[in-house]
Amino acid sequence: MEEAPAQQAHVHAPPEGFLRKYVFSLDHKVIGKQYYALGLLAVCMGMVLSWLMRFHLVWPRTRIPGLELLSKAGAPGGVITPEYYLSLLTMHGTLMVFFVLTNAPFAAFGNYFLPIQIGAEDMAFPRFNMMSFWATLVAFLVLILAFVIPDGPPISGWTSYAPLSAVGKDAGPGMGWGMNLWGISIAIFCIGSLLGALNFIATTLDLRAKGMTLMRMPICTWAWFITSCIALLAFAVLLPACILLILDRTAGTSFFIPSGLVVSDRLQPHSGGSPLLWQHLFWFFGHPEVYIAILPSMGIVSHILINSMRKPLLSARVIIYSMMSIGFLSWMVWGHHMFVSGMNPFSSLLFSFPTLTITIPATMMTLIWLGSLYGANIRISAASLFALGFISMFVSGGVSGFFLAQPSIDIVLHATYFVVGHFHMVMGVASIFGVFAGTYFWFGKMTGRMMNETLGQLHFWLTFVGTYCIFMPFHYLGLVGNVRRYSAFVNDFTGPLMPLHKFITIAALGTGAAQLIFIFNLIYSRYKGAPAPENPWNGTTLEWSIPSPPPWNNFGGKHPVIYHDPYQYNVKGSKGDYIMQDSPEPSAG
Amino acid sequence: MGKLFAVVLVIIALASAYPIATHMYVMPEDISTHGHQIDEQLSDTMAEAGTSFLLAQLVLAFFVWKFAERKDGGKLTNFPGGAKVMVAAAFILVGTEVLALGVFGQRAWANVYFTPPRPDALQIQAQAGQFAFYFRYPGADGKFGALYPDKIDEGNQNYFGLDPANEIESRDDIVSAELAIPVNREIYLMMHAKDVGHSFYVRELRIQQDFVPGLDLSVHFTATKTGRYEIVCTQLCGLGHYNMKAYLNVMAQDDFEKWMKQKASEL
Repeated sequence: MEEAPAQQAHVHAPPEGFLRKYVFSLDHKVIGKQYYALGLLAVCMGMVLSWLMRFHLVWPRTRIPGLELLSKAGAPGGVITPEYYLSLLTMHGTLMVFFVLTNAPFAAFGNYFLPIQIGAEDMAFPRFNMMSFWATLVAFLVLILAFVIPDGPPISGWTSYAPLSAVGKDAGPGMGWGMNLWGISIAIFCIGSLLGALNFIATTLDLRAKGMTLMRMPICTWAWFITSCIALLAFAVLLPACILLILDRTAGTSFFIPSGLVVSDRLQPHSGGSPLLWQHLFWFFGHPEVYIAILPSMGIVSHILINSMRKPLLSARVIIYSMMSIGFLSWMVWGHHMFVSGMNPFSSLLFSFPTLTITIPATMMTLIWLGSLYGANIRISAASLFALGFISMFVSGGVSGFFLAQPSIDIVLHATYFVVGHFHMVMGVASIFGVFAGTYFWFGKMTGRMMNETLGQLHFWLTFVGTYCIFMPFHYLGLVGNVRRYSAFVNDFTGPLMPLHKFITIAALGTGAAQLIFIFNLIYSRYKGAPAPENPWNGTTLEWSIPSPPPWNNFGGKHPVIYHDPYQYNVKGSKGDYIMQDSPEPSAG
Repeated sequence: MGKLFAVVLVIIALASAYPIATHMYVMPEDISTHGHQIDEQLSDTMAEAGTSFLLAQLVLAFFVWKFAERKDGGKLTNFPGGAKVMVAAAFILVGTEVLALGVFGQRAWANVYFTPPRPDALQIQAQAGQFAFYFRYPGADGKFGALYPDKIDEGNQNYFGLDPANEIESRDDIVSAELAIPVNREIYLMMHAKDVGHSFYVRELRIQQDFVPGLDLSVHFTATKTGRYEIVCTQLCGLGHYNMKAYLNVMAQDDFEKWMKQKASEL
């Protein structure tokens, strides 16, 4: 290591006092943990909401004790009303997509490890970093405030289609202040994410250690960098869309509301707006958001797989270029959410081709992962099991995209449970598997104590089998035409499908319960886990060159120099089976 | 543990594929003239996606079985051919698949959306509102009366906002909560949203189209089999969304004419 060069703008003094250390921290590692904790809280809430929904769908009249305390109007006597079902659905989707899938793999792990992996002391803008977390926390609090206000949470789904979302309280319960809170929350969330994305990009481009060329960055750093570029453009579109929505609702504007609408017997005082405009703006953010959720997990999984296989991928470049292509293509495909929306049918064809084309880089990545396993010596751990499980889930969720990318098939599968199965597997479960893998892999570095492996592997088996039991049958329901977002299945043909629905609910409750093992493991290992050595997995990247947990300034005031590509495993002539990135030992290649 | 992973994964893959392979869960019989193309496209895609799914899962299981926690102390090797083979395979196999599905799939789409309805298609207007569908037939004059949203009065069954007092065209318009149509005759369904977004989905007809407020959208189709079929709303429209449905009643031509006469006499 070399002595620190001239003072850099991002370097800040050691934190002093409880507030600066743990609350309003400027340290990217503390902020990363704060994001992780927020993601964990949000995922627990989101999961409980999904239990309530699944329970209600199959046992609609059974009382859930204590639920009336959450909402007297929404669950009188503990029985969920149809409108409260939609509230639960809206809050589940919003919490999971924004506060879990964006926060955990990207903001949490990215914040913690991106600066370390490139050899920086902190993010480029530590104060922006703190603000981005606090904005996200405020957004979260504003959102869950909707649970306690008399109006209740909104009922228009996480996509908040106008004009249902735009006309105000005439549209139903929760569509007054509940919906306002949703719009305000997401707008604040966008600000937090934009600050975060800017910070990630500036940090990656400006603060790399000496010798850390772009192609020497670990794959997960690449993934967070590409994700930031996507997030910067995506949230920059959602933010104004939310502002316009709020204006329509509160200031009498008509961006999304046309003339002549009669809602709840009242002629709405609006004219000239377009409901499709909201859909275009929302999905222009919404589809890239899918990749914001999945790309970081692709990076994390690649990083962990390489370490577990003890040899590099067949080609890291193919993975990186594939992620770039996916990021680029993600801007041209938003219309595939709108095939039956009444958009010009010719544009459906234009949106269908790039959507199908995304399959090519996605397949390349899958083949590279699979091909790299050949001839390896895979070390099985909770982390590597979740990484392998990720590949399986990514394939399962990916192939159903083939169907939905085709407008003609979308005619019959749109808005059915097939779509629910597809996106839960590919952007939900696969992405969360990346988070689990990352947690088991990096927990020792983040806390100084290792997670319990036995509990970790038990958690994997129950979750792996459980999530397949939940989400694979959703596809079958969709193939019959079972419509999503219904609080009760009143259609003539849904009776025979109820056993399958019951199976899914039981699997969801069981798989959810299995997550308690994970939570217990997190808490238990935090205090009682075995002390984590500096490099427990014999890794090669910079996070394994510093103590566990790292000091506040990561490298103790020194600046590492990088000599190698990130994954020097199984190097001929080397003493061990790996060479650290900052080790001057010559590599064979 | 690696071997356990492989076994569990093979079981999951085969169990997932079983209900598909045995057609346990399928759409009801198609009753439209265009639906067979969608069904063929769906089944071709299922064959290709299903094969990709099984191949990838089984290869993953096999590699993990063979290469996890090796006790042989064998040397680490690389896949023969390396990354180039993978990139080429992805481009050639998936590229062809994408092109084939993309190009052939457009035919089915084009058949629904790019061909105009026949001039003699029966014109019906569908209105979706929270939480019911209503259908309007132009009556003997063949013309629809204009709509006046401020005249909508559900208490007096003026669901569309017609003004028969001042407009001749709307006096003979027939309004029904059921979509009655003759079999084997093309229907030109003009779609109108009263309040928020809704959707028109009939599984048997292989038709799904959103109602979007402010947009004049339409679909056209020909039903080939008499019977009663559910029309359901698939666009989240509010608290009663789950219960928003109507029936499509496909009748023989004679029965349809009788139905129209009876409806006209009720005016």
